[in-house]
Amino acid sequence: MTKKLDPHGGGSAITGIFRNQIFIPFAALMLLAIFNLIADPSFFAITMNNNSAGYPVLSGQLITIIDNGSELAILAIGMTLVTASSRGQDISVGAAIAISGSVLLRVLCGTDTRPETMQAPIIVGFIVAAIAAMAFGAFNGVLVAYFRIQPMVATLILFTAGRSIAAWINNNELPIVPGEEFKYFGGYIPGIPVPTPFLIAILCFILTWLMLKFTNIGLYSQSVGINEKTSRLNGLNPELIKLTTYVILGLCVAVTGLIKVSRLSTINYSVIAKDIEMDAILAVALGGNSLSGGKFNMAASILGAYVIQFLTTTLYKFDVQATALPAYKAVVVIVLVVLSAPVVREKTARLAKKLRSSKTPAENHA
Amino acid sequence: MKLRKLLSAAIGTMLCMAMVAGCGQSAPAATQAATQAATPAASDKLIKVGIINNDPNESGYRTANDKDLQKTFCEANGFDASFAYSLKNDEQITAAQKFIQDEVDYLLLSAADTAGWDTVLKDAQTAGVKVILFDRTIDADESLYEASIVSDMAKEGQTAVDWLVGQNLDKYEVIHLQGVMGSAAQKGRSGALDTTAKEKGWTIVTQQTAEWNAEKAQQIVQSAIDSGKSFNVIYAENDDMAKGAVAALDKANISHGVGKDVIVMGFDCNKWALEELLAQNWNYDGQCNPFQSSYIKEIIDTLESGGTISQKTIIMDEKGFDASTITQEDVDNYGI
Repeated sequence: MTKKLDPHGGGSAITGIFRNQIFIPFAALMLLAIFNLIADPSFFAITMNNNSAGYPVLSGQLITIIDNGSELAILAIGMTLVTASSRGQDISVGAAIAISGSVLLRVLCGTDTRPETMQAPIIVGFIVAAIAAMAFGAFNGVLVAYFRIQPMVATLILFTAGRSIAAWINNNELPIVPGEEFKYFGGYIPGIPVPTPFLIAILCFILTWLMLKFTNIGLYSQSVGINEKTSRLNGLNPELIKLTTYVILGLCVAVTGLIKVSRLSTINYSVIAKDIEMDAILAVALGGNSLSGGKFNMAASILGAYVIQFLTTTLYKFDVQATALPAYKAVVVIVLVVLSAPVVREKTARLAKKLRSSKTPAENHA
Repeated sequence: MKLRKLLSAAIGTMLCMAMVAGCGQSAPAATQAATQAATPAASDKLIKVGIINNDPNESGYRTANDKDLQKTFCEANGFDASFAYSLKNDEQITAAQKFIQDEVDYLLLSAADTAGWDTVLKDAQTAGVKVILFDRTIDADESLYEASIVSDMAKEGQTAVDWLVGQNLDKYEVIHLQGVMGSAAQKGRSGALDTTAKEKGWTIVTQQTAEWNAEKAQQIVQSAIDSGKSFNVIYAENDDMAKGAVAALDKANISHGVGKDVIVMGFDCNKWALEELLAQNWNYDGQCNPFQSSYIKEIIDTLESGGTISQKTIIMDEKGFDASTITQEDVDNYGI
């Protein structure tokens, strides 16, 4: 995908790496990793222990990162597509997670908040939740694509109302799903020491890769994002493509919702996935993708999501004062985003070029 | 093209209307209540109260609080009550002005913010509306309201910390999960632990805000476990965070509860949390009493019969539950 889109394929190997979009989140990741390596190498220790159910599981800071970062990475997939095609972001994903999670709870628990057994198979619950999330995604998509409302304004509606809808679905109650099997999705499958959320995320990445490789959705959403009119003249249907990306984001939301509900067997609709929309948008930005649509690099977005989690875990690990935590995060984010800004990248590329050409003064004065 | 524009305009208006209807639910409810009240008023005079509260969806506490108020201030008890909900101070003030215009006898208020209430409360005083504050205090002169019924968060924290002292552990290594920084509950509950920890020389292994959020709490405790820190107490400032912490403990196979390795403490007395206590998975849960209506009713009854209120600030009784003594009855009575 990346190679196909990169028009500067011909440059030297070094500029190629610098120009490649994935360099930005990768550099950020390396920076954080080196910092941790110097400060405390035990950060990278991974051990095998038994959990309370008696199965061996991997544990360590890195495992925590791939575990907790997975939800964000899954969301980043959908957010990248939405950003590319509609030149804006969906800010209602957190509220949508609350809705799809509540639907899942409702189906699995029925009307009873403390059922003895699950009232429906998990797969049924997930499908219903996915349909609900995709319907809300479609609602956003219709507003954006057909009514030409700014994405941020269109999704503001659900952002405001979403958590109330979630509350209404379960009658303001907080049901708890019984049974151990349901905990697998947010925990561990017996016998497999890798956290399930990461496995689910990997599955999502593979599906996305297949989708981008074998369908034209990637190409189409980029061309719609770059120029809607020319896309139309070339026989594309921009409205439908935008709508599709929002529905795909809805599916990502449902998967995230499943993981979130499974982690604790319940959710609190008022705080679940709070502010996750901002992290998801940040993941896209960290991936070096333009937030005003057009070209995108999916792998960079996903890596961006894990970088954010890496940062959060690092801050927790070093016991950064609770009140100061957001400030530290903001500083790091500012640095990363400024470094990844196209202007800065262009300047550094030019600087690199100058440095190289100054090494061969003969040519310079020719 | 024209049709599309027209259609989008139409949908836009519809959405706006839907939102207005959603936000303004209290307004039609108020008029409805007023018309209902008009008929029985002739035979038996109902006491008119306007109740301004935060959004019941905000938390389990608020839901229980709202249910309790609805139950007490009903027509059968001789009240004609109108409710207005908002998490925003300015909307609450507007609702208060409307209630004053409607000539309610009592204005019950749980303010979203402490500031900005002077003018409207003075208006209430001139109009002869008696104001009773519940759950939250405001920065206004005491003469502007009849009484204020509040929880003492510092006392809640102190009760919990005293209980912890009473456990006589060999060593105290505490993971402290804080609520949203600066909120009254966080300040009160953190304050008690901070002072005692300093006095007794306890180790605070980690002190971090999880913003009332279970997932964040889980990550923080996970991080402490991954870093190999040793701890034997989890002091979470609400039940959700305690639940998140317990999920992390389970993952790492660290035992918790009565007679186990780690003591788990929560606040708010959600029903499910008390059930965890009953199952001995947690050790302690501190109450934050949402049932103010009986206190309020008592005050109104006193005022109506011509009595006076001797004390402006009334602090409610709040319990702390110990897993080794809790009963099913407690769970049913105090679970919210």
